[in-house]
Amino acid sequence: MKIANRVRRGFYADSVALMRIARELASAPGVMRASLMIGTPSNKALLKESGLLSKEGESARPDDLIIAVKGKNAEEGLVLAEKLLTSGTAKSESSESHPTFASALRALPGANLALISVPGEFAAAEARRALEHGLHAMVFSDNVPLAEEVALKDFAAQRGLLMMGPDCGTALIAGVPIAFANAVPRGGIGIVSASGTGLQEVSCLIARGGRGISHGIGVGGRDLSQAVGGRMTLAAMNALEADAATQRIIIISKPPAHSVMKKVVARASRSRKPVTLCLLGAKNFKTPKHVRLARTLEEAAGGKPGETKFEFKSKGSIRGLFCGGTLCAEAQIVLMDHGLKVASNAPVPGARGVVKRASAAPHQLLDLGAGEFTRGRPHPMIEPALRNQHLERALREKGVGVVLLDVVIGYGAHLDPAGLIAQVLEKAKGRNPQVIASVTGTEADPQVYSRQVKKLRAAGVVVAASNAQAAKLAALATLRGRPSPARRPRRSR
Amino acid sequence: MTSKSSLPGEMPGVINIGLRGFATELAARGVPVAHVDWRPPRPGHERAAHLLAWLGRHEARIARANAEGLRRMLAANPVLVDVQPAGKVISELVKAVGNRMVLHAGPPIEWTRMCGPMRGAIAGAIVFEGWAADLKAAAKLAASGGVQFHPNHHYGAVGPMTGITTRSMPVMVVENRAFHNRSYCMINEGLGKVMRFGANDAEVLARLAWLRDDFGPLLGNALRAAGGLELAPLISRGLAMGDEMHQRNVACSALTLRALAPHFARAARNLDGAETLARSLAFIAGNEQFFLNIGMAMAKSIMDPVRGIEACSLVAAMSRNGTDFGIRLSGTGDAWFSAPVEMPQGLYFPGYSERDANPDMGDSAIMETIGLGAFAMASAPAVMGFVGAGRASDALAFTRAMGGITLAKNPRWTIPALDGEGVPAGIDVRKVAASGVQPAINTGIAHRKPGVGQVGAGVARAPLACFDQALAGFARCLGFSG
Repeated sequence: MKIANRVRRGFYADSVALMRIARELASAPGVMRASLMIGTPSNKALLKESGLLSKEGESARPDDLIIAVKGKNAEEGLVLAEKLLTSGTAKSESSESHPTFASALRALPGANLALISVPGEFAAAEARRALEHGLHAMVFSDNVPLAEEVALKDFAAQRGLLMMGPDCGTALIAGVPIAFANAVPRGGIGIVSASGTGLQEVSCLIARGGRGISHGIGVGGRDLSQAVGGRMTLAAMNALEADAATQRIIIISKPPAHSVMKKVVARASRSRKPVTLCLLGAKNFKTPKHVRLARTLEEAAGGKPGETKFEFKSKGSIRGLFCGGTLCAEAQIVLMDHGLKVASNAPVPGARGVVKRASAAPHQLLDLGAGEFTRGRPHPMIEPALRNQHLERALREKGVGVVLLDVVIGYGAHLDPAGLIAQVLEKAKGRNPQVIASVTGTEADPQVYSRQVKKLRAAGVVVAASNAQAAKLAALATLRGRPSPARRPRRSR
Repeated sequence: MTSKSSLPGEMPGVINIGLRGFATELAARGVPVAHVDWRPPRPGHERAAHLLAWLGRHEARIARANAEGLRRMLAANPVLVDVQPAGKVISELVKAVGNRMVLHAGPPIEWTRMCGPMRGAIAGAIVFEGWAADLKAAAKLAASGGVQFHPNHHYGAVGPMTGITTRSMPVMVVENRAFHNRSYCMINEGLGKVMRFGANDAEVLARLAWLRDDFGPLLGNALRAAGGLELAPLISRGLAMGDEMHQRNVACSALTLRALAPHFARAARNLDGAETLARSLAFIAGNEQFFLNIGMAMAKSIMDPVRGIEACSLVAAMSRNGTDFGIRLSGTGDAWFSAPVEMPQGLYFPGYSERDANPDMGDSAIMETIGLGAFAMASAPAVMGFVGAGRASDALAFTRAMGGITLAKNPRWTIPALDGEGVPAGIDVRKVAASGVQPAINTGIAHRKPGVGQVGAGVARAPLACFDQALAGFARCLGFSG
């Protein structure tokens, strides 16, 4: 198998653009694998690991681009890559952009939010600059050092600004969805979330239930850790309490550090507005009566999504393949609430970790957006190829009775994830496990909620009204399929 | 910590830094957005960023020092006044032990590390001075420590390419009348086989002897008779006529000849009829780079008063010896900050290629240090083809890019193609280190073997490592430790 590398000196493009080109290359005839990466030492190690690095690629410097193609038509692949690169650059040059923050601010003096998605090591400096200029900051980048996060959040607090993130991909500011978010109507519910997909699921359920959102504030996955101490969560609660448009507040997080949880609960109990706490998987905490506790995202959203009727006996195990980490966590909780033993690469309290192979635990739920899967490739919400590979495998795997999926749409997400799932199912027609899914999205999203649902149903997928209900359907089908007396659900809702 | 974060009451205006897709989507939804075309800082930026942040606490002091540095640069009044034997104006050349001292281009360097052309030129100069009978013996003498080597820059002098200066060579004297300092540069020998490119055969030495015995004294007489030649206004005219004074000196050489011709005629009246006069005028007329060496002495005379200003982050000299590239800052005393020199990118004379090229060399980067040469590329579209950049609009881009690492525009030296904007003046080491933009230098390319001469011309880049080191040295001078 031929490996061809080409090095473009002094070339920079953002990694998502490069990955899109790599994907296009990989679909060309005679090309097995392809990758385009900036020549940093870590990227070179990555390419080497995957057997894509040749001598020429080795010579690349950190400001060079490496094009690496493997396959019998590797050389043709390089030519195609160059073509795609130039067409890409030509496009990007034609739309307006600014060389520096200062010139962008001159062009848009009314700006009040900076959306930062540069590599993590540089993100803190960009965020600080934005805060210094009086802008709220939303940092999509991950891998920002913890100490920087704490310092930035304190700095923002001093200035009365929001510091959303790092690792914050979702926000709804004054009704405007930012980055990975959905088109939801404005309304009286304010959300503070340490989780992007958690915020998406809750805001979409609210929207589909006919209500609206005042603000959805992402705080970043680490905000409720011991080190960060809930700094932004508490600040956002204060802001929402003071905000005239907000009538009630929902807090969403994976289980926080104990001391932080106490602070958040204490703040919630002092709140002048009703607060719902959804700390997925958190146990053993007491709250005053007027603070509502929600065990799932669906409960947090309130209201009643319609029930889906589905009679199915599954004799195999459940395989969950999730793009959203919080959706994966919610599904684990629902399965465990039905007495099922669950393993995950991102286990909630009570679930087991995945030890290499699936066979270890009967019901396995994977968060495919986790770092171990996304290293060097795009998040499966943007580019579902990774999830679809896992789906293909799960459909063929012995012993799998139900495949559980999330389909997250909205801004930033892939334009037709349901269509891609349908393609995979079409190819795998035959003795298939049942696929159960939910769609996180709204009618106003570019992908249109109902169209995605329709495509999935046409492909034989059972589509539940929420992620929690999809998990519940999977659990019930599994319990029904058990040979000897089915265990009663430990807790029913 | 309590906070009073207030939420945006209405649709946000977004500055998007990083992934363009976010900006595109926001814009498509009608959200006001400005996208920043972010690029990663250059490798090694962390150290520089740390130093720059530390220097921030001395900002006011540095700004004051730089303003003084710029004031001195822009107040300069350089006048070409004389030609003298180097040994007469640089007394160390004759006071040196054994009287054997050779000045060379670039930062300090010992014989063993010198490139081929540098060694060739030194061997030629030793024979020229009569310190050895032939080139072989000369090389032996140089290698055995029988000759002292020092940078031109240490003695108020500069020299193009190898820049070799010894006691009996005639140097042109430029006086900066605003500050009463003098600078020196050898007379340009012309193109082809010349000592500045490392050539050293009999023809080269004979030409040097003629410059020493006939042309130098005549030019000196003419200049004294003329009361000197004011250079700043001459440069202004040259810029308007398409020179950038490093790679192209067509206009300035002609303007010099025109201004001095009557004084040459008078100075030659007691000489051997018309022969020396005719040959001298033809020598200037036949060498489009004649003015380069005058310009270099001028540049040195402009920058020397800028040296030694405490807390001044201006680059006072950039220079190469064919092995190392070195820079000096105003605020860091006599220190050189050196790094391996890079290869110039350019075009080659027929029959030659990159394989023949010697790395970048010469004190001539002093032209860029004052804002000419590659910094004034916009005024010399004719150079663009030669230095490989191509289009006239590329020339404007060169000058604009250099404007990003300088502190001011020189109002005396303006560029018509930039609507009369001045040349970028005053390279700030902080701006170079922060941006990673390497100063560009228009240069000739020497053959790597001594004696062959020029094989091409192009653009060289000052290595960033020099500026990183200089930044650290500058910070140390201001009390930084660690």
